[in-house]
Amino acid sequence: MDLSAINPVLLIAAMIAASTPILLAAIGELVVERAGVLNLGVEGMMITGAVCGFIITVNSGSPTVGFIAAAMGGAVLSLLFAFLTQVALANQVASGLALTLFGLGLSALMGQSYVGIKPPRTETTPLGPLADIPVIGPIVFGHDLIVYLGLVIIAATWAVLKFTRAGLILRAVGENHDAAHALGYKVKRIRTLAIMFGGACAGLGGAYISLIRVPQWTEGMTAGVGWIALALVVFASWKPWRVLLGAYLFGGITQLQLNLQGAGVAIPVEYLAMSPYIVTIIVLVILSADKSRAPGSLGRTFHASS
Amino acid sequence: MSTPLLSINGLTKAYPGVVANDDVSLAIAAGEIHALLGENGAGKSTLVKMIYGLVKPDAGHMEMRGAPFAPTDPRAARGVGVGMVFQHFSLFDALSVAENIALGMETPPPMRTLADQIRAVSETYGLPLSPDRVVGDLSAGERQRVEIIRCLLQEPSLLIMDEPTSVLTPQEVDILFETLRKLSAEGTAILYISHKLEEIRSLCDAATILRGGKVVGTCVPQDTSARDMAEMMVGARLVAPKAQDHSFGGVKLAVKGLSVASPSAFGMSLKDVSFDVQAGEVLGIGGVAGNGQDELLAALSGEVPCAPGMVAFDGRCLSGAGPETRRGMGVLAAPEERLGHAAAPNMSLTENAMLTGAARQGLARRGFLDWAKTRAFAERIIDSFDVRTPGPGNAARSLSGGNLQKFVIGREVLQRPEVLVVNQPTWGVDAAAAAAIRQALLDLAAGGAAVVVISQDLDELMEISDRFAALNEGRLSAPRPTSELDVEQIGLMLGGAHGMEVAHV
Repeated sequence: MDLSAINPVLLIAAMIAASTPILLAAIGELVVERAGVLNLGVEGMMITGAVCGFIITVNSGSPTVGFIAAAMGGAVLSLLFAFLTQVALANQVASGLALTLFGLGLSALMGQSYVGIKPPRTETTPLGPLADIPVIGPIVFGHDLIVYLGLVIIAATWAVLKFTRAGLILRAVGENHDAAHALGYKVKRIRTLAIMFGGACAGLGGAYISLIRVPQWTEGMTAGVGWIALALVVFASWKPWRVLLGAYLFGGITQLQLNLQGAGVAIPVEYLAMSPYIVTIIVLVILSADKSRAPGSLGRTFHASS
Repeated sequence: MSTPLLSINGLTKAYPGVVANDDVSLAIAAGEIHALLGENGAGKSTLVKMIYGLVKPDAGHMEMRGAPFAPTDPRAARGVGVGMVFQHFSLFDALSVAENIALGMETPPPMRTLADQIRAVSETYGLPLSPDRVVGDLSAGERQRVEIIRCLLQEPSLLIMDEPTSVLTPQEVDILFETLRKLSAEGTAILYISHKLEEIRSLCDAATILRGGKVVGTCVPQDTSARDMAEMMVGARLVAPKAQDHSFGGVKLAVKGLSVASPSAFGMSLKDVSFDVQAGEVLGIGGVAGNGQDELLAALSGEVPCAPGMVAFDGRCLSGAGPETRRGMGVLAAPEERLGHAAAPNMSLTENAMLTGAARQGLARRGFLDWAKTRAFAERIIDSFDVRTPGPGNAARSLSGGNLQKFVIGREVLQRPEVLVVNQPTWGVDAAAAAAIRQALLDLAAGGAAVVVISQDLDELMEISDRFAALNEGRLSAPRPTSELDVEQIGLMLGGAHGMEVAHV
């Protein structure tokens, strides 16, 4: 065992990067669920985003264009879910599962000729002298733009939900769609927009895996991160800052246990591998002991019958 | 005569299979309190939804202050000064009072200003309300205040109130009426929907009566007797239920020190509830919604377990017995919520008859279901309680509220219960059917059963119960013989005005 092989500064920086895909997918799903929709298709939207971002980046040479394409890909796929659940009034659980399966299959098809290619590198954000500060520089200022974008989305989601009228209306629609309809709010339109936001965020998260974390294209490469993001939203009691905490815990411990494995710690690999799940769930369960509850209309189909 | 504030001409709205409104016309002047009367299903709700822009009429037109008025959504209606207080509150449990009110406004001020405005209006009209509280924690009366204040903040010229008093104590009703009279004196017109005729006689200047979607008459309520109005609503002569002379037997159901926590987050726990019901007796339990009615029914039916010694039937302790065991013994219950609690909406009437009738009617043998017998039982319920449905194969959901209510009450009554507990037996049921249900309960008691009627309709309780007790905040008052009580005393038993005061401006 050689713990000295682990550089704490690089480890923390890697932890932050490892958390970003879950963070993005979870905050998108949080908005969707606050609007009263349960979209189990996060995994499918992530992998679709991953392949869209990969293809466009390889062909255009620009990761920025690739990430935009990934967000659009995720949003377009989520529109299918929106159509099924909001227009055709299909069951949300079944539609979400179908979306995941469809996304996995579609991405495998689209990515067939891209296996084994290396995408152009995504540069870190040029923050000039800030990145040269010892310790703090590499940890805080040495990341690519998407890491910061994730944090901005968390803060913006929190502020919009708490302080703006748009956020209030979104919460109202998720809490009691019949009452919101009676007051004249367009339940379906609001939900469709929320679903598209969730799709875009999941797509970004997926592309972060295929363009930065791994960076290459493999079938099914999101490997269940979408499901973790879904669980995270519940354990975070639908609160943005807790999603951040949960994502950092999960991503951080995943990274830490990889490093520990590499250093040859005398703990069986299976225990290390399960540790992120256990720690994240324990911490968030303790946090969610307060009286927060799910949005009142979560998962219920809305039909304007009056 | 000047132009009326709102005039409606020939409004018609048809849904598949039913004409909800057929050529309805009426006019309301500024400052007038206009009653809209009718049975359930007469088309009152459809009419006000058209005025509020929730439903688009098929034909006819409306005028507001002489100008054409055709709201496409509630915003448009609010824009010209129409406010509406809903029958089933359109509130968001998890949001605060101020957030709920902001959602009902077109251009709400910043939250802090809004909170001040809420305090000001609530003081002016004697409707105390704290803007920061979460709506889920409020009582029914307080929730209604939220709705009313939401409307008042927009200074409406026409206020629509859909059955506003069904959840209030008599004292709270008095205060509401003071507020409404004051609004009317300030020039606000009020369209008041109710089927409580005495209220309308004391409050309203004019009344339009609907039956089967048509206007069947208008009257000045002060000059018309409640009985005449009722007969216009029903279109037939009414027969009041009559109790037969009967004597009481021994104690059937004994409840002692019953305390149970509510299973739902926004529910009311029962605290030390005690009462006895004798064979042949009807015990009426009154109370404003949300004071522990659902929890009491759940504890008596066996849905919520209680500690030993709290509930006893014929001297036997029921603490370990679930609903099915209690049904087998003859303790039956009919909960308030028709769709989802008393009946499974998507299952047929036959299947619903099986759900509670299996034990006592012998509909299941060694785990196998006897559908022929169940079907016959369902048909017997349909016949004896005049349930209007094509047949027992129809889904419970397809029945109108009143018909389904007749079915779920009939299902329990026909199982010859020894103890029957019902919650809101005639809620949303038209007058003729309500009278039939009450008569069935009285007949059941005359046959020697102990009947507990939990209801928010005080007139109903006064009419059928031998003794009366009130639930307030999970506590039950001592039962008193109904013949000794008047409405004033009952109101005080229900918790008085819950801290409300009369409007003082």
